[in-house]
Amino acid sequence: MIIDHPMLGPRDASEFTYLGDASLIDRPDWQADDAAEAFYEYGYLRDNPAGEHQELWYHEAGDRSWLVVTRNTLTHEISKVELARDVARARGRSK
Amino acid sequence: MRYSGFQVIKQALTGHKGWKPVWRDPAPKSHYDIVIIGGGGHGLATAHYLAKVYGQRRVAVVEKGWIGGGNVGRNTTIIRSNYLLDGNEHFYEFSLKLWEGLERDLNYNAMISQRGVLNLYHSDGQRDAYIRRGNAMILNGADAELLDADQVRKEHPYLNFDDARFPIKGGLAQRRGGTARHDAVAWGFARSADSHGVDIIQNCEVTGLRIENGKCLGVETSKGFIGADKVGCAVAGSSGRVMGMAGLRLPIESHVLQAFVSEGLKPVLPSVITYGAGHFYVSQSDKGGLVFGGDLDGYNSYAQRGNLPVVEDVCEGGMSLMPIIGRARLLRMWGGVMDMSMDGSPIIDRTPVDGLYFNGGWCYGGFKATPASGHCFAHLLARDAPHPVATAYRLDRFRTGRMIDEKGVGNQPNLH
Amino acid sequence: MTQTNRLSGGQIDRNTTLNFRFDNHSYTAHPGDTLASALLANDVRLIGRSFKYHRPRGLLTAGSEEPNGIVELRTGSRKEPNTRATTAEIFDGLEAHSQNRWPNLKFDALAVNDLFSNFLSAGFYYKTFMWPAAFWEKLYEPIIRRAAGLGSLSMEADPDEYDKGFRHCDLLIIGAGPAGLMAALTAGRAGADVILADEDFTPGGRLNSETYALGDHSAPAWAAQAVAELTSMPNVRLMTRTTVIGAFDHGIYGAVERTGDHLPTLPAGKPRQILWRIYSQKALLCAGATERPIAFENNDRPGIMMASALRTYANRFAVIAAPRVAVFTNNDDGHRTAVDLHAKGIKVAAVIDVRDDAPSSYDYEVLKGAQVVDTKGRHGLTFVEVAMPGGETRTLECGALGVSGGWNPNVHLTCHQRGRPIWNEALAAFVPGADLPVGLTVAGAANGVMSTYGALQSGAEGAAKALDLTSALPDLPDAEDAPVTQTPFWYVQGCKRAWLDQQNDVTVKDVKLSYQEGFRSVEHLKRYTTLGMATDQGKTSNIGGLAIMAEVAGKSIPETGTTIFRPPYTPVPIATFAGRMKGQEFHPTRLTPSHHWAKERGAVFVEVGNWLRAQWFPLPDETHWRQSVDREVRQTRASVGVCDCTTLGKIDVQGTDAAAFLNRIYANGFAKLAVGKTRYGLMLREDGIVMDDGTAARLADDHFVVTTTTANAVSVYRHMEFTRQCLFPDMDVQLISTTDVWAQYAVAGPNSRKLLQKIVDPEFDISNEAFPFMACGNITVCQGLRARLFRISFSGELAYEIAVPSRYGDALMRRLMDMGEEFDVVPYGTEALGVMRIEKGHAAGNELNGTTTALNLGMAKMVSKKKDGIGSTLSERAALNEPDALALVGIKPLEPEKKVTAGGHLMNIDGPVDTAHDQGYVTSAVYSPILNSSIGLGLMKNGHARMGERMRLVSPLTDLTIEVEIVSAHFVDPKGERLRA
Repeated sequence: MIIDHPMLGPRDASEFTYLGDASLIDRPDWQADDAAEAFYEYGYLRDNPAGEHQELWYHEAGDRSWLVVTRNTLTHEISKVELARDVARARGRSK
Repeated sequence: MRYSGFQVIKQALTGHKGWKPVWRDPAPKSHYDIVIIGGGGHGLATAHYLAKVYGQRRVAVVEKGWIGGGNVGRNTTIIRSNYLLDGNEHFYEFSLKLWEGLERDLNYNAMISQRGVLNLYHSDGQRDAYIRRGNAMILNGADAELLDADQVRKEHPYLNFDDARFPIKGGLAQRRGGTARHDAVAWGFARSADSHGVDIIQNCEVTGLRIENGKCLGVETSKGFIGADKVGCAVAGSSGRVMGMAGLRLPIESHVLQAFVSEGLKPVLPSVITYGAGHFYVSQSDKGGLVFGGDLDGYNSYAQRGNLPVVEDVCEGGMSLMPIIGRARLLRMWGGVMDMSMDGSPIIDRTPVDGLYFNGGWCYGGFKATPASGHCFAHLLARDAPHPVATAYRLDRFRTGRMIDEKGVGNQPNLH
Repeated sequence: MTQTNRLSGGQIDRNTTLNFRFDNHSYTAHPGDTLASALLANDVRLIGRSFKYHRPRGLLTAGSEEPNGIVELRTGSRKEPNTRATTAEIFDGLEAHSQNRWPNLKFDALAVNDLFSNFLSAGFYYKTFMWPAAFWEKLYEPIIRRAAGLGSLSMEADPDEYDKGFRHCDLLIIGAGPAGLMAALTAGRAGADVILADEDFTPGGRLNSETYALGDHSAPAWAAQAVAELTSMPNVRLMTRTTVIGAFDHGIYGAVERTGDHLPTLPAGKPRQILWRIYSQKALLCAGATERPIAFENNDRPGIMMASALRTYANRFAVIAAPRVAVFTNNDDGHRTAVDLHAKGIKVAAVIDVRDDAPSSYDYEVLKGAQVVDTKGRHGLTFVEVAMPGGETRTLECGALGVSGGWNPNVHLTCHQRGRPIWNEALAAFVPGADLPVGLTVAGAANGVMSTYGALQSGAEGAAKALDLTSALPDLPDAEDAPVTQTPFWYVQGCKRAWLDQQNDVTVKDVKLSYQEGFRSVEHLKRYTTLGMATDQGKTSNIGGLAIMAEVAGKSIPETGTTIFRPPYTPVPIATFAGRMKGQEFHPTRLTPSHHWAKERGAVFVEVGNWLRAQWFPLPDETHWRQSVDREVRQTRASVGVCDCTTLGKIDVQGTDAAAFLNRIYANGFAKLAVGKTRYGLMLREDGIVMDDGTAARLADDHFVVTTTTANAVSVYRHMEFTRQCLFPDMDVQLISTTDVWAQYAVAGPNSRKLLQKIVDPEFDISNEAFPFMACGNITVCQGLRARLFRISFSGELAYEIAVPSRYGDALMRRLMDMGEEFDVVPYGTEALGVMRIEKGHAAGNELNGTTTALNLGMAKMVSKKKDGIGSTLSERAALNEPDALALVGIKPLEPEKKVTAGGHLMNIDGPVDTAHDQGYVTSAVYSPILNSSIGLGLMKNGHARMGERMRLVSPLTDLTIEVEIVSAHFVDPKGERLRA
């Protein structure tokens, strides 16, 4: 596979390490009342879609960027690649 | 019809006219006591044990394609019970015992071959871990044997002892482990289930689950609605999709695992061997092909095919461990969709939906589990209580913290 | 006399004669021959035996689809089993042997199977061999295994080199027949970067085998001229002997170039084969088509081959399989073979055409509406029996029979991403479907365009379309443009033993039995009968089996289905996929800065991940490793020792939020750590399990240095980057791994300070008061060399870790050894390191095994509940905090000479020994030269409350049961006085 890195252009997927669903960005609030349940769902439950999947790849043998790649799990077609940091900020994460 | 050498001779002498279909091709009835989704190894085994051991007569297996076409038809055929953790070892040893009696139970020769499984170690830390595991196996009533480098060399002189980047320091052997003819396992279970009255319905895709007031009433299929008191789901890589129809999210990701077979060769390998310093395991089929595999491709996939980097990685491991196979040719590669769970161990449990039961999360250990998985799922479906050897395989164990993590890599499915 | 079957003409070089041997007989051949053509030239027709019935086998084809003509090529460690004679180029001295026969090819004992074939029907083995139970492994299986298999491996390591590489192009053209050549000319002339790959050693595809003209040229001459033009273009790379084996994601194709298989011996440094990963913008499949057979009674005798193969051998290789030939066909292309052979002066006994309206010929007899119903000839064809339309039978004498059942487009690569081919009624064949791999299009016969002109045209158009060319298409030469005329015909009715898969011995009867027994899906058919599972993967056989299954099921062929073609297109040596990554090169080897020095000292090294670390440093009089390790421990604890700990991960953490960041990363707090201080840090995974441990040293307000274990250096850094980028993107913190940048040594023992004082520059005060336990700082050593000093201890002694830039690592080690002479300094390796950490009760890899919690390790209090630390929430789950949770303990044998075994399980002193009563296990064990006893660390249920309890340590695997006492894990200096000294 080839991942079109937003800053470095197309790179072979073997330069990257895969983590999983980009929902891992959405780490729950540790002080919320339902934190235990929220962390359980965050840590263990997955949509696991057969189709478009937003997922985290790490450019381990490259610039060490974490990327959010939108990829179809049925065809492996990649439709979008973003810096995970930008996605995280867009989802309201900060410090 | 009973299979035997005599029957083979009789049929040969009478023009093979008497052989009957190995399973019927029935139209679905409107209602069954139990409907199993998935005509793979686990689904068919469940049907067999439901009918034969648990006395259930109104059972159907619905399969979207042809039976045995999932992971039971595309794996590396290894059977073993060399697990470390209690929750697993009881179960897999139960499975191995069922394998040992399977051919007579089914009256079908699935070519179960207890030629042994050898896990190699290459460091002191690995040896210590294998000693702990071997002890756990023996304490659980299984067999295990620790070999030092000399003993490994004596049994497997063709391994790389002279030029190894990670020298072989020994191995953990399970002599009762081995291989089975994977397709025949599915066919044998299907034949037995069918003979006990189970309806095996092929080309029947489940398109929905009918759930009313929190109770599952049956399955919507491409052949119409089929009602059921209980619905059991055993669809491996499709677990997320089918259980998603009930609105359930699972602790499972679907990943692609590739496997490979070489051209036929005269006997090379006496047993199953796994490499401890690379991603490579191998056995040789009775037909002569080297059957081998390695790591997952590593990304979520339902595509049933992988990519070159893993092919190379596996062959690199193979060449490092046994450079004699260099001129053997890789004949065919394929990919299966693995239901990778969050701790690498399976789930056999009720679900929050009444009447809906789940069997999945087998990662790439599903084949060896086939008989026990079927037996335990049948127990759960018939008696509404977990089988004693499968009590750890709870769906809620991640919430409570009772993970069964053999590899100790945590909640990242592609590392298991 | 040799080469009795050699004709005139052809593309062989008669000026050179090459010698080769087959089954220990010597023969001659010419450059341009394959082993197959050379054997035929020498009238060798019997080449192998089939898999199951050991029937005699000759050549069926002239290409890579060959199922029958497979041999063991070369000898010794270079022996290649199952090698297709049809693609093996001849070279001087080539040696080949037949395989799967005993004692020899002509008299094969297992040919007896053929007599019992009626009992060995499809899947018979599933129905028998079940009794008695133990006989399967002991009797039946060994017999089956020995009889099965084809060729044999040499059982020696493959001595050749293999390589891998990457290539990129605008357009990858797969196959250099008429379509591929024309496509390459079109794309090349337009300036595109083109790779044209072909499996043959002579590009041209079918053009090399035909006698018709393209414009003013003969077909081979036109191909040669096209190749010449392509070779002159710098933007076109022509790769011959290169098979594109698979279509992978995103336009990546795997290709295998056979760089050395045609050479008698490889020149030094030249690889035998190269695995290319070709990154293409677009790809055009021009893989041609494969002729398919017709099944009839005894259609498997040597001499019966594809009609096009007969033609190829005659036209390209100037070889005829027998002086008298016949052709059996259902289409006009079969007649072309007869025409060509007749023109070469070969006696054509007849063309047997199943069609009543078959074309006539003045040159030979055409038996219209006739069918071959049987054949004769034990090791080679002698006669064919023909059923005439009127019902009478005719016997024709012939030594070769060309069979043509039509042509199948080579759609394989279009299916590699699970695309399904579609049925073309006119061709009675599958053609590429709509769901092709992204970027791939198909031209020529592979796309069902069967005429030469059509192929040229579709190649040109295919290239233009793939590259969006707007210029006019090149002029095409006049060429053969005949329509396909055929009557689909798969097998002769009434036949009993008519072969579909000739290698695996699958007959028409087997397919019918498969249907009868309910194995009706194509996949069931394949798996039950083994149809198409042989080394040719059913390239010539699958379609026939499918057609017969369709007929008995009363369905059409497309309704019946098609099997999925999977990579590789043709089999690939395992060594080719491995390339150079084998032996010592399997993984890179990382050397520590003191490696060369340690080697000089005679150190014994051990693999730790990719690192090589000194395990111990034996002295000349030491004969057992324990002597060295015990000495290293004693000397360190008595005076001072030095150990290279560079392999520990080092991560520089900088930024105004560095402390806040570490507060998230570690379970314990870091916000208040003072500058100049170091703190032990416990890192959890988000699931609450311990991930790693190490230290973090605060060198400045906004600057920390984090250490990790050697094993987790990469994964911890990845995790920290994840946390930084994905979870807390606005934190002002930057990370960089400096593991390889700093050489780091542990200097441990009561005299460590004195030793360091000799090299630390005098302006830095490292006295106990100025530089107490857990202090850290930037210093200089050896008159100005910048260094970092940490007062941390893994051994439990007064100890430091000192780091200098890596390039000074070797020098620093030598200086420490020189300066330490007066203290009797000792270098120590990983074994002594392990002994001392266990004596001190420090958890390491064996304890941090991915299932242990802070509670298990006795560090529950370190998990701060006052901050948002990763893993904190999930570490609180009930099952992880039960009263009898495992706890880290020390283990001592009651009798010191008894050995504690890591991996042993702890059982109560009385009661059953089984898993239900398992109390825990030993994680690490060593011999302590300080305590003069074997000792261990372990994890035991409720262990912290069970100090002093006597337990049984059992290890049935190693046949051991001893009594042990549970003690504190801190065997040495439990109060930590030494490390503060």
